[in-house]
Amino acid sequence: MTRLAVIDSGGANITSLLSAFDRLGVAADLTTDADVISAASHVLLPGVGAARDAMTRLNDADLVPVIKALTQPVLGICLGMQLLCERSEEDNVECLGIIPGTARKLPVTEAHPVPNMGWCATAVSTPHPVVAGVEDGAHFYYVHSYALPVSEFTIASAVHAGPFAAIISKRNFVAAQFHPERSSQAGARILSNFLEWQP
Amino acid sequence: MVVKGVQFRNHRIVGDILDLAARYRDEGADELVFYDITASPDDRTVDRSWVSSVSRLLDIPFVVAGGIRSIADAEDVLNKGADKISINTPALADPDLITQLARRFGTQCVVVGIDSRAEDADWFVYQYTGSPDKTTAAQRRTLDWVREVQARGAGEIVLNCMNQDGVRSGYDCVQLAAVRNVCDVPLIASGGAGAREHFLRVFEDARVDGALAASVFHSAEIPIPELKNYLVQNRVDIRL
Repeated sequence: MTRLAVIDSGGANITSLLSAFDRLGVAADLTTDADVISAASHVLLPGVGAARDAMTRLNDADLVPVIKALTQPVLGICLGMQLLCERSEEDNVECLGIIPGTARKLPVTEAHPVPNMGWCATAVSTPHPVVAGVEDGAHFYYVHSYALPVSEFTIASAVHAGPFAAIISKRNFVAAQFHPERSSQAGARILSNFLEWQP
Repeated sequence: MVVKGVQFRNHRIVGDILDLAARYRDEGADELVFYDITASPDDRTVDRSWVSSVSRLLDIPFVVAGGIRSIADAEDVLNKGADKISINTPALADPDLITQLARRFGTQCVVVGIDSRAEDADWFVYQYTGSPDKTTAAQRRTLDWVREVQARGAGEIVLNCMNQDGVRSGYDCVQLAAVRNVCDVPLIASGGAGAREHFLRVFEDARVDGALAASVFHSAEIPIPELKNYLVQNRVDIRL
């Protein structure tokens, strides 16, 4: 049975995420309780806001070792993706270090304002169960000022002023820079794929 | 990106709002803006339970505009699932509100709506535009206000060109292009859409990031799927 734990890392996008799983018929526990998180079949690490605030919250709840030890499918979303990596240039914060990489500020150009807000075409570069059935070049909804560079862990990428990682994965951890809960049917597909994923 | 507005006055018609929201979601709208256009002039408290209902229904981003005058108002709307809040008259009354909202929730949540009108070979900001009797000049040049709201942390600007509003003769591309030149955050065009060519022109001539319209979508005069196909055929980069 699916028991979905959503780690409460602060921020205000939790409602829309919970609603997205509700539409898929899956209830979720919003929690900072280590036992609930460890016992869940699937874990979500969302996040909106500043990297430092979110890491402080995870540290205060003693969740860093708990998250690192998870073996069930874990999905990081937006800031949650950056938290799964080694560092964020935002306030130069040390993150969880589960997936290699450092989140860097998006370069600002005249044609590419930051934050990058809106629908971006997203290229799938590596087959992965989480992107099964997702069209190469599908649009997803992004809201971010920092991003991970494209690396060997990249499953899909998008372009703002330059290319950045849209989906990354290592072992049982997968993460998306966009908001699947606000990315229409393509986003719902990612979420339902995640629920079926058996890493 | 195609955005559209839904005007409504009270929660008795939330059912209609939800039907409309679902229709636009299914037709491929990229974002919805919900305007409570009477909220600012009437200075009233708003029942916001509809925001939760809309959030549960939608799998695309949506913005709530109108009636947000404080951090607490914004927090209420965002906690109920809105992706962004849009402020207009309250920002003119207290520009520091933009700064506070950006600091508390991040610039990506904070949209500033600007109602602007051409006058004496320049453009000027208007306030209390939700109610015709109360609409007054805000004594600010539009380009100055565009610069100030960005400096204060606006993450997006919706420019409503009042000369064009309801006229359906096309977006005010001259004004929007002038604003684009001083606007480094996403810029959404509003006011004047009457034909699909107007959408193409505003993306090409004013290089806006999004185009907002209400009446042509409500009336189904311009079906969204058809409009989006037309824009893609004309090489505008949007989601189909």
